[in-house]
Amino acid sequence: MNLVIAAVILWLAAMWVNIRIANGPADDSQGAKLAVPLIFGLTLLAMWEMIVRGMEVPMVILPAPSVIAARLTSSIPILWADFVQTFVKGALSGYVIGVIAAFVAAIAVDRSDFLRRGLLPVGNFVAALPIVGTAPILVMWYGFDWQSKAAVVVVMVFFPMLVNITAGLQETSAMQRDQMKTWAAGYWQGLWKLRLPAAMPFVFNGLKIASTLALIGAIVAEFFGSPIVGMGFRISTSVGQLALDMVWAEIVVAAIAGSLFYGGIAVIERIVTFWHPSQRRG
Amino acid sequence: MTMTDPSPVISAKGLDLTFQTKDSPVQALRDVNLDIGAGDFVSFIGPSGCGKTTFLRTIAALEQPTGGTITVNGMSPEAARKARAYGYVFQAAGLYPWRTIAGNISLPLEIMGFSKAERAERVEKTLALVDLEGFGGKYPWQLSGGMQQRASIARALAFDADILLMDEPFGALDEIVRDHLNEELLKLWARTGKTIGFVTHSIPEAVYLSTHIVVMSPRPGRITDVIKSPLPRERPLDIRDTPEFLEIAHRVREGLRAGHAYD
Amino acid sequence: MRIVCAKDCARGMLMIRNVFPVLTVVAVIFGIWYLACVPMNIKTALTEAERAGATVSTPGARERRDMSAIGLALANPAQWRDTFALKKPRLPAPHQVAVELWQTTVEKKITSKRSLVFHGWITLSATLLGFAMGTVGGILLAVGIVHSRAMDMSVMPWAIASQTIPVLAIAPMIIVVFNSIGVQGLIPKAIISAYLSFFPVVVGMVKGLRSPSAMQLDQMRTWGASKSQSFWTLRLPSSVPYLFTSLKVGIAASLLGAIVGELPTGAIRGLGARLLTGSYYGQTIQIWSALFATAILAAGLVAVIAGIERVTLKRMGYGK
Repeated sequence: MNLVIAAVILWLAAMWVNIRIANGPADDSQGAKLAVPLIFGLTLLAMWEMIVRGMEVPMVILPAPSVIAARLTSSIPILWADFVQTFVKGALSGYVIGVIAAFVAAIAVDRSDFLRRGLLPVGNFVAALPIVGTAPILVMWYGFDWQSKAAVVVVMVFFPMLVNITAGLQETSAMQRDQMKTWAAGYWQGLWKLRLPAAMPFVFNGLKIASTLALIGAIVAEFFGSPIVGMGFRISTSVGQLALDMVWAEIVVAAIAGSLFYGGIAVIERIVTFWHPSQRRG
Repeated sequence: MTMTDPSPVISAKGLDLTFQTKDSPVQALRDVNLDIGAGDFVSFIGPSGCGKTTFLRTIAALEQPTGGTITVNGMSPEAARKARAYGYVFQAAGLYPWRTIAGNISLPLEIMGFSKAERAERVEKTLALVDLEGFGGKYPWQLSGGMQQRASIARALAFDADILLMDEPFGALDEIVRDHLNEELLKLWARTGKTIGFVTHSIPEAVYLSTHIVVMSPRPGRITDVIKSPLPRERPLDIRDTPEFLEIAHRVREGLRAGHAYD
Repeated sequence: MRIVCAKDCARGMLMIRNVFPVLTVVAVIFGIWYLACVPMNIKTALTEAERAGATVSTPGARERRDMSAIGLALANPAQWRDTFALKKPRLPAPHQVAVELWQTTVEKKITSKRSLVFHGWITLSATLLGFAMGTVGGILLAVGIVHSRAMDMSVMPWAIASQTIPVLAIAPMIIVVFNSIGVQGLIPKAIISAYLSFFPVVVGMVKGLRSPSAMQLDQMRTWGASKSQSFWTLRLPSSVPYLFTSLKVGIAASLLGAIVGELPTGAIRGLGARLLTGSYYGQTIQIWSALFATAILAAGLVAVIAGIERVTLKRMGYGK
């Protein structure tokens, strides 16, 4: 019980510190912007630990962070193998194929007004559907290994990318296209020099959305069948064995992989679209 | 227009252009006859809807006439466009934010297949022409509006076409910057001897810049008067206070009134 | 008023202009689907035809296993018809899915375990409950974030970061944890749904509540408006368009959450369970019809919110 009371006191203390920093003189500094969410997150973590220990919550309900950390460090080979299977083989390869396919389709749509008017509403419609539901079908067609997971990811990634790239290619003004015309530029010159660069903010928006979808697709597809390795496989079997520490360890890996994937794309975005008002510094 | 050169650079005869809109057809140009000689500075002035921009776009083959004929350098506008006969400056600078100023000026050169060395040389030359030396490495968004518009003019000059078509290029700038750029433009015209077509809705600007002022009226878009300027080619800014200048400005205003431009 | 009409008319024109291309694309998709059925199903069809005594180009299922499906299809045109009528095809033909959908929605009693309406309602109820919880929670947190700088700085980075991680991965665990404390059925699935719709609503709502310009806020100040007055008269109305955009994302995410929540525990009710049992027993027609039911449900939910959005925004004078 003492631990629970300590958790409450810690919470109040951390809140007080955060309120002081947030309303203090240095509230706009980089340090404050880093410190406040960090204090908040660490406090939550500490409270989690104390409350689980203090109230002796059974592990099948909620393992303490320290238990999860211990499981994480002792299972690195397993987690690494799962990561390679699900993220590198399933999610990443599907992501690359899906994005390339979307680019090809977007250029076809761009070249033909008929396709634009016909395919785009369909694409918009499909992009809003829970495409992960195709997983059982694709698992049946492509087998239990990573190929079927990559196929699910391709389907999931394709439509949001198509919609975003096409929207991006419409981004140029009539004046800019007229200007290209006054220089007697051909279609591919206009595409390469004007419209693709102008589309990049949209493309990266799509790439970021797709990065999250890719990992979700690869993990959920494993719930429908997989070899005995993979993050989704590990989660569903560990849940069955009530080994929740392993589930949490797998979730930590997924969270890190997801944020790094997203962060990596955001970094590339920053380099490629440095000129866009949202990315300009100073 | 009376020209010393017997063969005009741009020649329109009985030009008609009708836009089909949902409600009813709009006659943007009706029976436009105009010859522009080599080295002329021709301004098109009139209220919005008078077809001045449409006419400029027809010269550039950005619009297709529905009647009459028009030639540019003795060719059809389409052929002239393909032959890269003119540089076109739009109302907005329209520079690409992902390219430096030098990169922007080099863009039409890349499209037209100039070699790398020649591109660099021409970029340097045109930067100097518009007084932007040293700004080649900057990005457009790091420059003022006036500087951006100068870079945009440099981009139209870079491939050295003989004709420069400008559609209200200084319309979005404030009066002070505009005065300055007008002066610069006259100097540039004197140095290069290009033929310039210039759309504006400012009477002082038209009178100050042009050798010929084409007054246009709306509904349907047509030419109501062509005024040949008696002002010398060399024009300091304070020429705008002389009686000759005010006399021409008065004539332009009368021409606009006669065409019901103020209704 | 004239401008509004012109815009509406233009929109109508645009929709009519698009109908033909969209129908064409849909028709082509169905055409490809039917065509694909032949090579996809030819091996099963040949096996069954052989069993029924027909002679086929290459006898023996084992011999045919590694052969090219297209080649087999070309060599056995007599079996093409069969490929559209198999009980367990690799790829069911569109009409098979349509028939199954019709039978399991209209012809079955909705209390039947085989009725898709029954399973759809199981999923939908969890979706709606979770969506409501997530939306209310999200709006409340957003209001807190906008009014408290400490909360903004503490929570907002985590809310944004959490959108980059595959939260769906914890769905199975939530189900099991609730199961072990004796809660089953609707609530655990609704919680997953709530969790998935929560963060889009928070992020969109914060953006919306912050959308009034500095000028508009200054104007409020010149009138001496209190914090709550400017909240109710300026911030909240300004946030509505942003809220609806988030709600459309949120409802789709909620549905996804409810479906995934039905996957891991061997649930036997709900659209997710239909997908899963279908895949266990190779009932492809069942999978496809469940998939289409899911798609129809998702499209319907998004359309309902878009409809409410249109009416609301029109009433509020947002035009369009």
